[in-house]
Amino acid sequence: MQMRDFVVRFAGEGGQGVVTSAEGLAQASTKVGYHALTYATFPSQILGGPTWTQARISTQEVLSSGDDIDVLVAFNREAYETHKDEVRDGGVIIFNSNDFELEADPQSFGLPIDELARSTGNNRAANMVVIGALAHLVNMPQQYLKDFVTERFSRGRDNDQEIIEANHKALDLGRSNAEESGFNLGELADPIQPEYEQVMIKGNDAISIGAIAAGLNFYIGYPISPATTILLFMERNLIGENKFVYQVASEIEAITGLIGGGFAGKKAMTATAGPGFSLMSEGIGLAWMSEVPLVIVDVQRGGPATGLPTKTEQSDLMSCMFPAHGDVKVPIIAVGTIEECFYGAIKALNWAERYQGPVILMTEMSLAERVQNIKKPDLSKISVESRETYAGNNGYKRYAGDGMSPMPIPGQPGAYIANGSEHDDVGDTTHLASRHIQMTERRFNKIELLKENEFESQNTNSSICIVPWGGSKGPALEAFNQLKESGVDIGFYYTMLLNPLPPKMLEDLKSKELVIVPELNFQGQFSSILRSEGVNAVSITQYTGLPFKVSYLVSEIQKLCNTKVK
Amino acid sequence: MSKKNPEYDFKWCPGCGDFGVRRAIEWALIERLENSAKPIENNVVVAGIGCSGNLVHLLEGQQPYGIHGVHGRSLPIAFGVKMANPDLNVVVVAGDGDFLSIGGEHIGPQAARNLNICAVVMDNGVYGLTKGQSSPTSKVGAITSSTPFGKIEAQADPLELYLTHGATFIASGFSGQPRELAQLITRGMNHPGFAMVHVQSPCTTYNDFFTEMKGDAKNGIAPLIKPISEDHDTTSKESAYNLIRQPGVPIGVIYEDSSVATLDQKVVDIRSKARLKGAEDLLAEFSF
Repeated sequence: MQMRDFVVRFAGEGGQGVVTSAEGLAQASTKVGYHALTYATFPSQILGGPTWTQARISTQEVLSSGDDIDVLVAFNREAYETHKDEVRDGGVIIFNSNDFELEADPQSFGLPIDELARSTGNNRAANMVVIGALAHLVNMPQQYLKDFVTERFSRGRDNDQEIIEANHKALDLGRSNAEESGFNLGELADPIQPEYEQVMIKGNDAISIGAIAAGLNFYIGYPISPATTILLFMERNLIGENKFVYQVASEIEAITGLIGGGFAGKKAMTATAGPGFSLMSEGIGLAWMSEVPLVIVDVQRGGPATGLPTKTEQSDLMSCMFPAHGDVKVPIIAVGTIEECFYGAIKALNWAERYQGPVILMTEMSLAERVQNIKKPDLSKISVESRETYAGNNGYKRYAGDGMSPMPIPGQPGAYIANGSEHDDVGDTTHLASRHIQMTERRFNKIELLKENEFESQNTNSSICIVPWGGSKGPALEAFNQLKESGVDIGFYYTMLLNPLPPKMLEDLKSKELVIVPELNFQGQFSSILRSEGVNAVSITQYTGLPFKVSYLVSEIQKLCNTKVK
Repeated sequence: MSKKNPEYDFKWCPGCGDFGVRRAIEWALIERLENSAKPIENNVVVAGIGCSGNLVHLLEGQQPYGIHGVHGRSLPIAFGVKMANPDLNVVVVAGDGDFLSIGGEHIGPQAARNLNICAVVMDNGVYGLTKGQSSPTSKVGAITSSTPFGKIEAQADPLELYLTHGATFIASGFSGQPRELAQLITRGMNHPGFAMVHVQSPCTTYNDFFTEMKGDAKNGIAPLIKPISEDHDTTSKESAYNLIRQPGVPIGVIYEDSSVATLDQKVVDIRSKARLKGAEDLLAEFSF
């Protein structure tokens, strides 16, 4: 049987090689031309705890982490018990027979992972034992994997050859053990090597590089899951003339420090998650009020308060759109794929510069830690914007008029007071009604500069359409494709520009009989916003801390379509 | 600006200590303009919220840049400004409630970084703008609108706090002596590192301790303020602690250590250790 798609879940304790096995398989597969996507979920502790990672390998570009598990690799009994029921009929379970024994599960076979790794002379080759066994199950040529190992460990060190040999041996041992088990899933179709250059990257790294490509030169942050990796990336890489990166003492320091940096002319950004975002609330209001460009990345996790720090959810939309007291509605870009992490970060910085105020880039845990192969972005084709600066003399009225105006930069003439109190045109505090009217309208008028008709759509003639946002785009698009193939008349719209929405897309949605919004929160936050804009939107919600499964969306969408038809 | 700005509707009460502090900052800025080649737009005044924060609008003469932010956050805002452009002269103006209560958490980190700014704290021992509540520097037992039965928590000692946190320049001044205060602020601005200038600035409406500070010989009241003697060793922490712990309010420079590298200098040092990369180099690291 030929397979086009292959989903493996690795489950065990943190530290058993769950993540390295999945990422190793993904890397080796993409090297020869497959597409790969990983999904990881961790416990919130330093060592140990139940953890799992899923890798999906496919001959075509993949959009979600995959519903049906072809192979479960259970590193311990708990992992086996937790995940066995999700393995599809005809799938295989590989269990670590050095950790536990199973009887009477005809779907499974034992692999003495630790023992085999030890016998290669390199305990760290355990993941290659597993990958070798998996390769046999789908008849992946052994040479693909061996070449990958050779390249990966050719690092110009004395012991390179030793490590390569041990890992090659590990691949062979895994493979021969799997052969002896008699299991075989079929043959994964040959990969199609893309014509273009690729990168294999995590969502948070893609955001970091996108921001740097857009001219980011000022980053301050505070560690918080799942946003920390952006801070770490910047600490290593945002170094050089006129660049600044710093870990500060709290999210309050981060947001107010960003205001200082943005005011003084920098392209400033921070990244945080729920609890840190809540602490930034007052500062975001100050940036909006004093008209200082800056970007806040919100890597969504689950729940209010500490919630579920290492799980995924899309429940911050309302707090991102209305993050502060008073009349505030902050521009939002919500990314849904790894490529969008890169391009969304560029757009977020461009938007902040263009309208001179705070922009929120929303992402989520499932994207932050996802590793995926994407087309290498062509940096010569991106457009980078910088704020319009003031170039006149002192005595400038910085806040004059009813829209965006050139911004003076300290060190250059044009001194004014960036004021968080309501102010007149030079920035002095005032309580005059006429000024509050003028300045409130001015702040909202500036949003008009961000209206762009950038969205994706399919089958736009249908009166019912699916409109996911953020990371639910992948599963929703797969569900849409399945429904379309089965003859359901339905449309699809998607944009990462959530505020302001693309005017043309909003106009289209208003004309629909029903707009279905799959989103990972209880309240149906995006459909509620769409309804306030006059769109007849309903949500399909889920609040498990996990991404949508395509099969669930297909059945829920069908139910909604049927109700509508009746 | 505001003197000629009819829209600006904030006023300090007559006799407010903050008038003297404003004058002292204006003089210090004028001296800076005369002695450095840098124009007025190279100066940024970062204000907190409270009576003191309005100083940024009330400055007369050539206008520096200003930020009138949110309550308690003048230090981290100043951190952002200074690290964005270390060439700027950044001055924080804040009150005791703003700086020591809601903003207290920011003193330690900036002192540890030796952020090269000068913070001028106007201490009136009360929340004035919200009409007379107890502040960290209100005395134990003080009857205020929020402590109708007397303040029950201990009175903060700001000078000892700055010293313990590791501020590398600490001066203490009095709003009734603006000339002397201007000299302290000038020294604070010129100090390479985190400079604290703590000023006794009485509130004539809710906590008028002007006479207490200045003394009243006619009525036999000895002044609380006392100039720091010339033989005080400003380079010794030990001497600084001893000075602070004596009764009364010392006026002058309490502690000064110019040997510590500033944060902006340390950041430049890091550059020599790192391999500098652009977006293209970073992207290439993920190629396969």
